[in-house]
Amino acid sequence: MDEQIRFHTIAVLVENEPGVLARVVGLFSGRGYNIESLTVAEVDHKENLSRITLVTSGNVMVIEQIKAQLDRLVPVHSVKDLTLEGPHVAAELAMVKVAGTGDKRVEALRIADIFEATVQDTTLESFVFRLHGQSAKIDQFIGLMKPLGLVDVCRTGVVAMARGKEGI
Amino acid sequence: MSRDQMTGSEIVLKALAEQGVDVIFGYPGGAVLPIYDALFQQNAVRHILVRQEAGAVHAAEGYARSTGKVGVVLVTSGPGATNAVTGLTDALMDSIPVVCLTGQVPTHLIGNDAFQEADTTGITRPCTKHNFLVKRMEDLARVMHEAFYIAQNGRPGPVVVDLPKDILQGLGEYQAASKSGHKSYRPQVKGDAGNISKAVELLAKAKKPLFYCGGGVINSGPAASQLLTDFVRMTGYPCTLTLMGLGALPATDKRFLGMVGMHGTYESNIAMHDCDVMVCVGARFDDRVTGNLAHFSPNSKKIHIDIDPSSINKNVRVDVPIVGDVGHVLEVMIKEWKAKQYKPDGKALDAWWKQIDEWRAVDCLKYDSKKDVIKPQYALERLQAITKKRSEEKGDVYFTTEVGQHQMWAAQFLHFNKPNRWMTSGGLGTMGYGLPAAMGVQVAHPDALVVDVAGEASILMNIQEMSTLAQYRLPVKVFILNNEYMGMVRQWQELLHGGRYSESYMESLPDFVKLAESFHAVGLRAEKPDQVDDLINEMIEIDKPVIADVMVDKAENVFPMIPSGAAHNEMLLGPEDRAEHAVSEDGMVLV
Ligand SMILES: Cc1ncc(C[n+]2csc(CCOP(=O)(O)OP(=O)(O)O)c2C)c(N)n1
Ligand SMILES: [Mg+2]
Repeated sequence: MDEQIRFHTIAVLVENEPGVLARVVGLFSGRGYNIESLTVAEVDHKENLSRITLVTSGNVMVIEQIKAQLDRLVPVHSVKDLTLEGPHVAAELAMVKVAGTGDKRVEALRIADIFEATVQDTTLESFVFRLHGQSAKIDQFIGLMKPLGLVDVCRTGVVAMARGKEGI
Repeated sequence: MSRDQMTGSEIVLKALAEQGVDVIFGYPGGAVLPIYDALFQQNAVRHILVRQEAGAVHAAEGYARSTGKVGVVLVTSGPGATNAVTGLTDALMDSIPVVCLTGQVPTHLIGNDAFQEADTTGITRPCTKHNFLVKRMEDLARVMHEAFYIAQNGRPGPVVVDLPKDILQGLGEYQAASKSGHKSYRPQVKGDAGNISKAVELLAKAKKPLFYCGGGVINSGPAASQLLTDFVRMTGYPCTLTLMGLGALPATDKRFLGMVGMHGTYESNIAMHDCDVMVCVGARFDDRVTGNLAHFSPNSKKIHIDIDPSSINKNVRVDVPIVGDVGHVLEVMIKEWKAKQYKPDGKALDAWWKQIDEWRAVDCLKYDSKKDVIKPQYALERLQAITKKRSEEKGDVYFTTEVGQHQMWAAQFLHFNKPNRWMTSGGLGTMGYGLPAAMGVQVAHPDALVVDVAGEASILMNIQEMSTLAQYRLPVKVFILNNEYMGMVRQWQELLHGGRYSESYMESLPDFVKLAESFHAVGLRAEKPDQVDDLINEMIEIDKPVIADVMVDKAENVFPMIPSGAAHNEMLLGPEDRAEHAVSEDGMVLV
């Protein structure tokens, strides 16, 4: 059997009601699944729907279980495995605070420019950069900032959507 | 007050009535007093006052399992709700439809650590199929109806509705149940036609087929059990049942191989190991059934029919998955079998049956009888024989059990020819289940004979319900196989822990005869084999609750046994097989 661990991005459309996130998170902790990242926000006020984007990991059988378990939660409307169902676009937003002076400060700004990060806040000794894109790109940016005075990182986690004309 | 306005409590009761509820099991307290007040002023819904909330949930389970209807529970906030948790978990594991109404502190006090406040929806989230906290009057009626819809549709399970006191006392309008089902919860009932065709073809071509069926068949309703029986007879294929599935195929049918699993029959387990096509109907490849997964039925193609997609490919990879209601799917399968005029491979099937008959000849349930000591198996054989006679003359017999050796012997030695006659805690294995469950069964079937096969340790876990039996004149029979040990624990200690009987012997057991009398019931005792028949005959003639204390062999073990972590073909058949060799390091960590 295929035991290889793989990462899957899963989109879940849920009823926007109290406790729904606790159900999803409790499912993952209770059954020992991994959450690599999770984002959630209301997407349709009138229909009272929220959308969760989850990145999780496991072998084929575990990933299948995760989807089946999610789908049987009562307030879940639909579950889509974006990794499995074809090409999709994914992005993440990050804010990165770097403190320093002199050459390091100049270098940080130069690299931020290359990554198309924008400066959200600045003092004479610090920047807060904002950048978005693939998670790997953000990882790389953070890696480069480390020796340049990295102070703080905050990331939204991945949001993702299938390519093409079909909705969830 | 406008004409259509009523209190929250009245809305709750009206919703119960609309849902066809005639009885609820409950225990009062501050937060639910408004419901108790409303109950007092009506006659549509009967209330059974239990003696502990755990008893209420198990009683509702017994009621549900013996009727196919939803069992309903009413408890107060805080300790009332937390006492219900074991029962809710039990109902979740065994897929029993239960609606449990819990009181809650008024909405403005929620989160303040108010008196008898507990985060009931938080606590019960992982042990219910779904739960609700009603915070707005206008949601109350809808939530009540949704709770019933969710409890009984798809894979059944327990649903909690948490009801703050101000909601119960406030005024609102009643709403009838919506006909359009649920907004997001829509379980798939019909199976995929393509996969059904594939499955039937696979079955028709099988040389060593096996039906492996479980509680899902019972949950699908009596018609599903009938369809299963028809299909098994039509094909002539052997069939094994899980602990939860007993009764789905009549035990008298010659195609029935007995129960499968850790204490199932030799022929069932070996057939499961050796079969070439297995059709799993409403069962879930639970670890008590599969034994060591790496060696589980290595050469079979597997078909799995289940209403819960998460049951499929969870433990065992199957070749043909069919998501749908067992009854629907079996009906289509039978049609397909007939339409395509499939015939089983007669020669192969004869050879398969010949093989199975050889396994049967091992006579795996045999035991040594003794003249002066009652063997628990003997007591159950007599119970089976005498109650069978009574059921032919006077109608139905229902059995519940507690948890332990007696439970396994009951599963092996009692015979069920109809579904919904056997109530046992399978998934959770809850000691203390049997007595309150029997109470729920007796409430649903006042004229039936209801027997709880018990152990002397388990029965003490909910013994308080004897008082409920007396109050409502429920003539439940408690049949204790008294070995003065937590026998199942002792058995594992004997076989796996070098005979060190750590804390599995209970001194100072009560005198169960006197205990019965103090609860206004009748106490009986048998100490020698020749007293067993008289005891059983007397027990079933008495029109009152009875505790029958049957003193059995203290050292007897349940066989056959597949030790944890072993494969089906590594079964221990009796005391002469040594467990230590069969149990691997990996097996020792398993429960
Ligand atoms: C609530 C609960 N606690 C502990 C256990 C573990 N357990 C399983 S069987 C058993 C012993 C049961 O003893 P008894 O009721 O006398 O039955 P016997 O095995 O002797 O027939 C125990 C302690 C359990 N199943 N349930
Ligand atoms: Mg015992």
